[in-house]
Amino acid sequence: MSDARWEAVIGIEIHAQLLTRTKMFCGCALSFGDDPNVHTCPVCLAHPGALPVTNREAVRLAIVAGHALGCEIAERSVFSRKNYFYPDLPKAYQISQYDEPVCLGGTFRYLTEDGERTVGITRAHLEEDAAKLIHTGGDGRRAGAESSVVDFNRGGTPLLEIVTEPDLRSGAEAAAFLKQLRQTLVQLGVTDGNMEQGSMRADANISVRPAGREAFGTKTELKNMNSFTFLERGITAEIARQIAVLEDGGTITQETLHYEPTPGEITSLRSKEEAHDYRYFPEPDLVPVVPDRAWVEEIRASLPELPIDRRERWMRDLGLTFEDAEVLSETAELAGYFEAVAAVAPPKSAANWVRGELRAQLRERGEEPWESEVTPAALGEIIAMAEAREISMPNAKAVLAEVVATGAAPREVVEAKGLGAISDETELIAIVDRLLAENAAQAQQLRDGRDKVVGFFVGQAMRATQGRADPARVGELVRERALGG
Amino acid sequence: MAGLTDLTAEQAIAALRAREISSVDLTEAHLARAEADDWHAFLAVDRDGALARAREIDAMPERPPLAGVPIGIKDALSTRDLVTTSGSKILEGFRPVYTATCVDRLERAGAVVIGKTNMDEFAMGSSTENSAYGPTLNPWDRTRVPGGSSGGSAACVAARQVPWSLGSDTGGSIRQPAALCGIVGVKPTYGAISRYGLIAFASSLDQVGPFARTVRDASLLLGHMVGRDPMDATSLDWPDPIAVPDAERLDGVRVGVVEELMGEGVDPGVRDAVEAALRTVEDLGGTLVPVHLPHSRYALSTYYLIAPAEASANLARFDGIRYGHRTDHAENLLETYENTRAEGFGPEVKRRIMLGTFALSSGYYDAYYGQAQRVRTLISRDFEEVFSQVDVVASPTSPTVAFPLGARTADPLAMYLSDICTIPVSLAGLPSASIPCGVSDGMPVGLQLAGPALSENRLLATAHALETALAFDTRPPGLA
Repeated sequence: MSDARWEAVIGIEIHAQLLTRTKMFCGCALSFGDDPNVHTCPVCLAHPGALPVTNREAVRLAIVAGHALGCEIAERSVFSRKNYFYPDLPKAYQISQYDEPVCLGGTFRYLTEDGERTVGITRAHLEEDAAKLIHTGGDGRRAGAESSVVDFNRGGTPLLEIVTEPDLRSGAEAAAFLKQLRQTLVQLGVTDGNMEQGSMRADANISVRPAGREAFGTKTELKNMNSFTFLERGITAEIARQIAVLEDGGTITQETLHYEPTPGEITSLRSKEEAHDYRYFPEPDLVPVVPDRAWVEEIRASLPELPIDRRERWMRDLGLTFEDAEVLSETAELAGYFEAVAAVAPPKSAANWVRGELRAQLRERGEEPWESEVTPAALGEIIAMAEAREISMPNAKAVLAEVVATGAAPREVVEAKGLGAISDETELIAIVDRLLAENAAQAQQLRDGRDKVVGFFVGQAMRATQGRADPARVGELVRERALGG
Repeated sequence: MAGLTDLTAEQAIAALRAREISSVDLTEAHLARAEADDWHAFLAVDRDGALARAREIDAMPERPPLAGVPIGIKDALSTRDLVTTSGSKILEGFRPVYTATCVDRLERAGAVVIGKTNMDEFAMGSSTENSAYGPTLNPWDRTRVPGGSSGGSAACVAARQVPWSLGSDTGGSIRQPAALCGIVGVKPTYGAISRYGLIAFASSLDQVGPFARTVRDASLLLGHMVGRDPMDATSLDWPDPIAVPDAERLDGVRVGVVEELMGEGVDPGVRDAVEAALRTVEDLGGTLVPVHLPHSRYALSTYYLIAPAEASANLARFDGIRYGHRTDHAENLLETYENTRAEGFGPEVKRRIMLGTFALSSGYYDAYYGQAQRVRTLISRDFEEVFSQVDVVASPTSPTVAFPLGARTADPLAMYLSDICTIPVSLAGLPSASIPCGVSDGMPVGLQLAGPALSENRLLATAHALETALAFDTRPPGLA
């Protein structure tokens, strides 16, 4: 719901679990779905005397993300302790970064149909995840639970928290941004980005102000949006709620809100008065992160092409539409597959085939193109044959089906099954003439000006040739022969 | 021949190597004294474990470097399956699942752990009277404190229950009890010994170190513990092996005498003993240079902001959820936290948690914790300046000799002043040793020596030369 008298101001905080083998500060393996409390040790259970040691791979992934976000990689960053008591936090402090984060001040570029947009990145910092609380009895939420138990497997998982500037203006914009941020981080191997499992989580800071005013309104923080849809809906609902409050002459209370997707409800978790004093101070058990500059540069140099750069290149150099480029860059694997096909076939046709027929055929088998029997070279060959009219479009699809099923070489399928297009015009003319004669009534309708009947004859001709005819050419011939063209 | 419990570790190792004695006999002799324990130096004695280990070592075709010599371990160090309480009720009966790196290194080198020694709760104190399990008594005079917080580790060495032991030092907790019990205590450079398994009091200050009756024994023990540990990010790669010192002269050694630590507040008897020891420096060919640490007057207040701040977070994990004491009187989570901690912590620990929490609180951080960190940097610079002129600095270790039990328990500030000489060195993270240098009022006096970071070898050589010349008798009068 947009309202021209009000402007929404939105900033997003993203928590992404990093794809390391081990936890942020100990050697325990990361896992999802294992038995509770099997991936634990004195460090992540906060036994007396145990100490954290920084996971170097987590630092590397933060630097990868920092480069992709256009951030400055800090010469020196510092871990701090964020103090609060809760059963999911065994040390009673979270090791996080506070005033000296690993990545500073960047810009994330993302594409919309209206062109490129940017979101300022305030910072990105490393921290450890809390353990998982499981509330038994009741409906799974804390309120009304009979008891709560802790699974420490997740405790200490490396997180990258990315904080944006308040540059977004609507739920839809926030969702588009987050989608492409997620895509970028996933394709760089920073996170698996699984929002349902919680390996990527987003909170939104939302305020509204009268259109044209510079000063920000009072903001609320909206949590628990574990999909792009919920993010968009949650933000939209909160904007509407704030506008309604303000229009009624009320004021917005600074508070943390919980979005409940099913009824689409927003409930208050805590207000500012209840906010914690986290008593941050530098973590004395760790030394500052001072990444070697050559290493930082080496990471930058080895970054693959970013999804947005790839999409812009495809649109610019390959003539793809916004939508083609969006769909085909969804995963790094799909993008790579498409590029391999486009190298041996016209890019636009390659895009249509990969997006359309190939994925349609593979979907039934639950396969992805890059894991299928269809090599990019094989698909390129099918496309080339169809474009050269060596096979008809229906037969091109039939050839693809055979390749999907058996992995056979396309040209061999064409020969073995006799699917090659009828290239002899006289043969086609003879068939058309025979069909016109056999179906005199329809032929007459055609001559009376009902052009739709051409389709009937094309269908008959395709059946008669087992699809080996070029339907477009058959149509032309039907008109020529019936109307004496 | 002196009894087995009169041997220094070095003498014991030689005898064990020569197969003149067995580790089992040596261990048995020390166990007997530890179990008699007239001073309450030990919180737990592990007779079965110690004898089993001694038998194993005796059966080895070649003895490991430490040859099966017994050792006492401060209860702040985590020992697998052996109850570890850090002197607190909140960890009563707690059996750790792992062993601290430094203890593990010593055990691998052939040390036999015979028990865990008493201490001020979570190393907070200077008399061992803050132990939840009752105080340790000074082997020189049972009516006096042994110092603290590693009072048990100091007393057990002085009382010949073990030839050596491990303590930990945050603001003086090795050096001060070593001084008060008339033995040698060494706090190495911050980062020299892994803190993995040392139950944290103040992480940026805590260091493990040895107690012994000779500088040579302390050096030997230290040498087996120093060096990088992948489990402690603040541990250091150690440049040169720790040498067991044999120097008898101090030719060319410049000893700085810290003027600020020789004047007001230092007992005359202590000052006399220290000044006599300093004259010995000159007798041995060394030179004395008066030096100043102008910011040392702020050290105590700086320390009492930084250490409690870190402690307030370090001790937050004791919440009754996963291990240790849990209250029986709680209806909900908050009460579980509050009552567990109210019942489990003693008054001094609570006092410091409150201090530290306050110092870190929003609106106070800059004025307290932030300011303390800035002063800490100034104190480090004072030492850098001094070490451009001298090789080591000297001062009393403690401004007084051991004081009577109960004398300072009602006055925390008086207790805090016990560490006025040791705290500046701790804040700067420098290596430091206390050696006994004389007697005042019938009680031993300690001389503190400190050097630049990583200068352990020169520091210990200096300490050894002085110790040899001073020929202090570490046997407490009347010790059976």
